[in-house]
Amino acid sequence: MAHSYTPGLRVTDSARVLRERRLPLKGEVLAPIGAEVAPDTVVARTELPGNIQTVNLAQKLATDPAKVADTLVRPIGSQVRKGEIIATAKSMFGLMKSHAEAPSDGTLESVSTVTGQLILREPPIPVEVTAYVRGHVVEVIPNEGVVIEALGAFLQGIFGVGGETFGPLAVAVSGPEQELLPQHLLPEHRAKVVVGGSFVSYETLMKAREVGVAAVVVGGFDDQDLKRLLGKDLGVAITGGEDLGFTLVLTEGFGRIQMAQRTWTLLNAHQGEIASVSGATQIRAGVMRPEILVPRPGGGSGASTESLEGGLDLGSMLRLIREPYFGRIGWVTALPPELQALDTEAHVRVLEVEFVDDGKRAVVPRANVERIAD
Amino acid sequence: MEIIPENIRSILATDCGSTTTKAVLIEKGPDGYRLVTRGEAPTTVEAPFEDVTRGVLNAVKEVEELRGRKLLDGDRILTPQTGEEGVDIYLSTSSAGGGLQMMVSGLVLQMTGESAQRAALGAGAIVMDVMALNDGRRPYEKIKRLRQLRPDMILLSGGTDGGDVKRVAEMAELIAAADPKARLGAGYELPVIYAGNKDAAEVVRASLESRTALSVVPNLRPKLEQENLKPARDAIHDLFMEHVMAHAPGYKKLMTWTAVPIMPTPGAVGLIIEKVAKRDGIAVVGVDIGGATTDVFSVFKVPDTDETVFNRTVSANLGMSYSVSNVMAEAGIENILRWVPFDVDEADLRNRIKNKMIRPTTIPQTLDDLVIEQALCREALRLSFEQHKALAVGLKGKQQSRDISDALDQVASGSSLVNLLDLGLLVGSGGVLSHAPRRAQAALMMLDAFLPEGITELAVDSIFMTPQLGVLSTVHEEAATQVFERDCLILLGPVVAPIGPGKLGQPCITVEWKPEGGKSESRAVPFGTLLLVPIPAEGALTLTVTPERGFDMGAGKGRAVTRTVRGGVVGLILDTRGRQPFSIPTEAAARIEKLRGWNRAMNMYPREV
Repeated sequence: MAHSYTPGLRVTDSARVLRERRLPLKGEVLAPIGAEVAPDTVVARTELPGNIQTVNLAQKLATDPAKVADTLVRPIGSQVRKGEIIATAKSMFGLMKSHAEAPSDGTLESVSTVTGQLILREPPIPVEVTAYVRGHVVEVIPNEGVVIEALGAFLQGIFGVGGETFGPLAVAVSGPEQELLPQHLLPEHRAKVVVGGSFVSYETLMKAREVGVAAVVVGGFDDQDLKRLLGKDLGVAITGGEDLGFTLVLTEGFGRIQMAQRTWTLLNAHQGEIASVSGATQIRAGVMRPEILVPRPGGGSGASTESLEGGLDLGSMLRLIREPYFGRIGWVTALPPELQALDTEAHVRVLEVEFVDDGKRAVVPRANVERIAD
Repeated sequence: MEIIPENIRSILATDCGSTTTKAVLIEKGPDGYRLVTRGEAPTTVEAPFEDVTRGVLNAVKEVEELRGRKLLDGDRILTPQTGEEGVDIYLSTSSAGGGLQMMVSGLVLQMTGESAQRAALGAGAIVMDVMALNDGRRPYEKIKRLRQLRPDMILLSGGTDGGDVKRVAEMAELIAAADPKARLGAGYELPVIYAGNKDAAEVVRASLESRTALSVVPNLRPKLEQENLKPARDAIHDLFMEHVMAHAPGYKKLMTWTAVPIMPTPGAVGLIIEKVAKRDGIAVVGVDIGGATTDVFSVFKVPDTDETVFNRTVSANLGMSYSVSNVMAEAGIENILRWVPFDVDEADLRNRIKNKMIRPTTIPQTLDDLVIEQALCREALRLSFEQHKALAVGLKGKQQSRDISDALDQVASGSSLVNLLDLGLLVGSGGVLSHAPRRAQAALMMLDAFLPEGITELAVDSIFMTPQLGVLSTVHEEAATQVFERDCLILLGPVVAPIGPGKLGQPCITVEWKPEGGKSESRAVPFGTLLLVPIPAEGALTLTVTPERGFDMGAGKGRAVTRTVRGGVVGLILDTRGRQPFSIPTEAAARIEKLRGWNRAMNMYPREV
């Protein structure tokens, strides 16, 4: 049993990804099969009836309810603007003139001769679904939406917060081991997907919000800062609905962890290209991971090398995913078959690793490593 | 397939947990059925596999390698046994579906919406969102949210009996329009429980029955001033166990492999606990702590009757891996730290806990890490037991109602059947207890979390195989019983814990013990002590405990009790640290000194932590 089944996160330069985009209500699909779409292309839309506003004309104009219909200056069914005079009345033998204004834009829907109320309906509320990702429509769900196929680079993070967004990729630090600091964030990062290195702090995220970045992609983040960001302790990892002003994707985990070289290289290779990002995460059976999609016309290039699972061999590159070596990277130098006692006295399967940074060796449980690309 | 017990020579059984899949191989020998080997592998519910059978095959492969006997033919378990190959029967239990996250809805946010939320929370669910007609969101926004969250279950309530039907129908239509997809994939019908105005039940059926797994239960708010949460809570609980928990990607495939239907893990463990209680005629509490959920079982006598009642609760979001972050959120970090005998940086601890959640199959490598994991275990057990006590209030199906003031107080109604003084045996199962490097660690974790009173025996499942034996007992009772007694249940030893407050060092109890055929010994134990006395691991022991005035062992203050108990591998634990109340110093240095003292007394770790 030389297997280690840690989350099989996909990091690939060439993937085919399908994304379903549906309206919450029945409506009109705007993009036909085969249509090329950009992230902000509206692919389906519908309208909701506007809100109702009531204006008590009888009271406002000191008129008998039975007569309010006569006070209207425009007929029922007319469209009016906010502040526009909609009814007038004269009193005191014509000496006093009073009027009522439209409380909002809308249509004069009806007037009651019993209560003296005017019903004004606000304009319909458009509900739109955008494509989210660049690609083309491969399926139309009648009256509901479309399925979009995107071809290109696809990276899954391990945890994220915040919803869907998109923007050009901008790498803001010089290496995967660097922390993303407030001074790295410049006005030109506005509306961009900013790639940091090993870590981002709460303060830097606040700067990101101030600058107006679309998303931040980094290796690690502190849970204490997550609590500050969300205003509560996150018990069960179900995210994506937060309204933070930006989306955050962690590629490695909690704490300060160098972004995996492969992830870093891939994101760098696509600098300047439009990336679609979602922070939605659900860690439970039927898992959902945050994602970064960089589609390009004509699809991806290069081989898809997604599968890093399976056996560990001598020389396999791996990362330690638990203390005391959390986040360190090395290669396998021995795979002893017999169980060995840990510091805890538990007898488990282990392997020996040689760390890349200092050449030192350590024996660790096989359960505590994940294979990474060489 | 007909199973003829006397023809069964070998049994392979797996339990698919949310984190680990465990396989056991049982063979019939000259002395009956025995466990011959076990294997385990990470559960494969996540990408890239998303197929629970992969983890099953890996765990069986390990059994095959260790036993040196062919059990698999490619991706198929060989049944029946032919010569030395294959097994006569393959069985499985599953809890791989993990936690329970619900959406609840009512008509009015502050009324039925809140009642529904309480019903869900009481059943151990996480409430992802509460929807109500007056929650300020437009229908399309609610639909969007339903789709985004992928709840495991929806509780729809609303209206008092005889009240408005139209608006309940609107909520049902909204759910129907959302057509939410369950997280466990296609072919899985989303359970919806309707617990609203009984007059609207037919309308709700018309909207939802064809597209969801709809259950209709009595209204949780039959009158404005009356709340009746139990039917809804029981329905949530049962549906979770039967419907959500066992399901996981690949579940359908696994179903075709097993000789009898896959049993939900808590159902299987419950069977064993019930059998033990019945056989020995004692009150039993069992706990199975997993990665996503913690299940508590109890069998207690109903006061003033001869009747016993079995209760089972599944705390759907308390566990050691997927749910570990929720243990921290629910218990509070200070409650976890109170069990850690060294200074820990809070920021570091938080990151460790979250990293365990996102990479659930890792194990502690350092002693400090083990101690922290065991601290989390204590709190997960404590919270699960609190929930169990609140829910184990009477006969199933018997309705309990609360008036409006109770409802606002959010206090559970009815008095708990759980009486710790009556408790005869406390059994622990689950990775963190069964695989604790020293059995004393499992003993102290259970002791600290459950705080048993009087005289109680402690036991653990040796290798975490109670679920498999539970399902086995449904087809081969004899094999299940033999393996349970010989290979599964490990008695840790009896605990003596008097009730009552006291001052440190004050005389508290005198304990006299006499092993079968051995000589009698006795010891006076002052208040505030934890003491471990070596006793034989097997055989009976007569215990007489005489409390000082002010302390109660169950017979009244100052009155002696005598009981015959069984020995155990850890020893006789004398715990005068106090019950009602039990307390730990809040000041860090004093707390650390205390914890270290207890660890030394129990010989917990290879060195001081």
